Amino acid sequence: MSETPLTRNIAPGKPPTDLAAYDANGGYQAVRDTIGKVDPDGVLDIIKDSNLRGRGGAGYPTGMKWSFVPKPRPDEGHRYLVANADEMEPGTFKDRLLMEFDPHQLIEGMILSSYTISADRGYIFIRDEYHTAIKRLNDAIKEAENKNYLGDRILGTDFSFHLHVHVSAGRYICGEETALLNSLEGKRANPRAKPPFPQVSGLWGRPTIVNNVETLCNIPHIVTHGADWYQSLGSGNDAGTKLYGASGRVKKPGCWELPIGTSIREILENHAGGMLDGYELKGLLPGGASTDFLVAEPLDLPMDYESIMQAGSRMGTGTMIILDDKTCPVGMIANLMKFFARESCGFCTPCREGLPWVKQILDGIEAGTGRLGDMDILERQSQFIGAISNTHCAHAPGAIEPLSSGLKYFHEDFIAHIENKTCPYTGGAT
Amino acid sequence: MNSVRNNLASTLTDQEVSEIEAEISHLPDRRSAAIDALKIVQKHRGWISDGSLSAIARLLGMSDEELDGIATFYTLIYRKPVGEKVILCCDSVSCWIMGGDKITNKIKSHLNVELGETTEDSKYTLLPVTCLGDCDHAPAMMVGDELHHDLTESNIEEILK
Repeated sequence: MSETPLTRNIAPGKPPTDLAAYDANGGYQAVRDTIGKVDPDGVLDIIKDSNLRGRGGAGYPTGMKWSFVPKPRPDEGHRYLVANADEMEPGTFKDRLLMEFDPHQLIEGMILSSYTISADRGYIFIRDEYHTAIKRLNDAIKEAENKNYLGDRILGTDFSFHLHVHVSAGRYICGEETALLNSLEGKRANPRAKPPFPQVSGLWGRPTIVNNVETLCNIPHIVTHGADWYQSLGSGNDAGTKLYGASGRVKKPGCWELPIGTSIREILENHAGGMLDGYELKGLLPGGASTDFLVAEPLDLPMDYESIMQAGSRMGTGTMIILDDKTCPVGMIANLMKFFARESCGFCTPCREGLPWVKQILDGIEAGTGRLGDMDILERQSQFIGAISNTHCAHAPGAIEPLSSGLKYFHEDFIAHIENKTCPYTGGAT
Repeated sequence: MNSVRNNLASTLTDQEVSEIEAEISHLPDRRSAAIDALKIVQKHRGWISDGSLSAIARLLGMSDEELDGIATFYTLIYRKPVGEKVILCCDSVSCWIMGGDKITNKIKSHLNVELGETTEDSKYTLLPVTCLGDCDHAPAMMVGDELHHDLTESNIEEILK
């Protein structure tokens, strides 16, 4: 039985974890043992040594990210820690689980993280639709404030940290960390040019760290049990556990905490129960809408950052979207491009103009009005919008990942649509 | 209709002003509260009319145009009247694979509206939304504040009675 630190308070049918339940299972012990007792640089070393990598999709080493925050100077003003709880990557449903059923774990992770980077203000930037999570987080913050885990001079030390839930007003682009900061400042969520990086000049021009919810939830466990323990949880090159998920036509779609590096086959067959009867696996997006398709061969790959990268995709958020043999890949890619075109913030031309064009061509092919020359346009646009586009942020390059990989793996499906002037799939979504 | 009259007024109520000022109090400047302020007024009035927009802009020390640039960027700020409840119907990929288009079409025919429209009785407005993070129970939608999932063409009528 492998360890599941992130979901140890979460089980089907179990009520959400309040302060009493969280405390009873060792909750806030890391805060009591660390704040004012361990030097912040000592905590940073543990996180660096643990090899924790960001769970929001990019996989950047967390300790390294934190180490770029400049050392605090006396009376310099606020420094910020932001939890990116704007879970909107299509096919991703992991942070909701952590926030709804164990909100104190995120809060404890944020207290320890802000102590490490000397932040005195924190925001949980959460999407409006997560009503239940918003309510439970606000209730949990009040409970933590009453115990002085949050607020001024926490547990009698010199360290103060105030945490506020910011409820967003929609738009996928808010999940991009610099767009998120603009949105927190009350502006349009256009991503910022980097440098300067948020660690140096972030929210209102002050040093700021933005971390994904799942990343922050790991912190209390690493601080309590140490870097070696955390490294031992992973089954391959990476450390810790990961919330993996599967959606689509599988027998038991869901989200599971497993050792990072668990194989795609084990997730799909043992946890998701395999494909629904009558459906075969045709391909999958390993970690959300903005990752490249993988097709049947790499099933035995471990789901970790390097292995999936070498196979030509990205682990992303670790929640897989399964394409079955009765669902049209062209229709699926058209759906993805509709999403990315709509969610472009409109700042950079390749993204604003290119994505709607690509979407229009895909709709045409799906409807049976495509021409062979459309394939050349799609190939060329994959380059212009993706690899060589020089757009401000990763929206356009991410959007192109399922298109360019789909053109490669499902070429025959595209050609069949064009030559037969109709979509050959009838048993799937459409 | 009280909400309509409130909307045409270009002044904010004391309640709205005090809620907005509470947000401003933990921010470094007034305009940083722009999105919070729009959401507060929308909570009371259902949507943001030109008059409401001007009043908020004045309170925050911004031009109407600048605030409208922010209001129109965000999908959950409504610059047109909406029904009593907004239906946010997921049109992202996992729901699409699980037959989301059929569900959306069923809602359209059941309510006799297209996406972006409000029912004649002003009860519902139907809008598409980005992945609701409930993909293991696709297809999913929000009706007002409530999440509904594992949708089928037959349970739609029950939910939208």
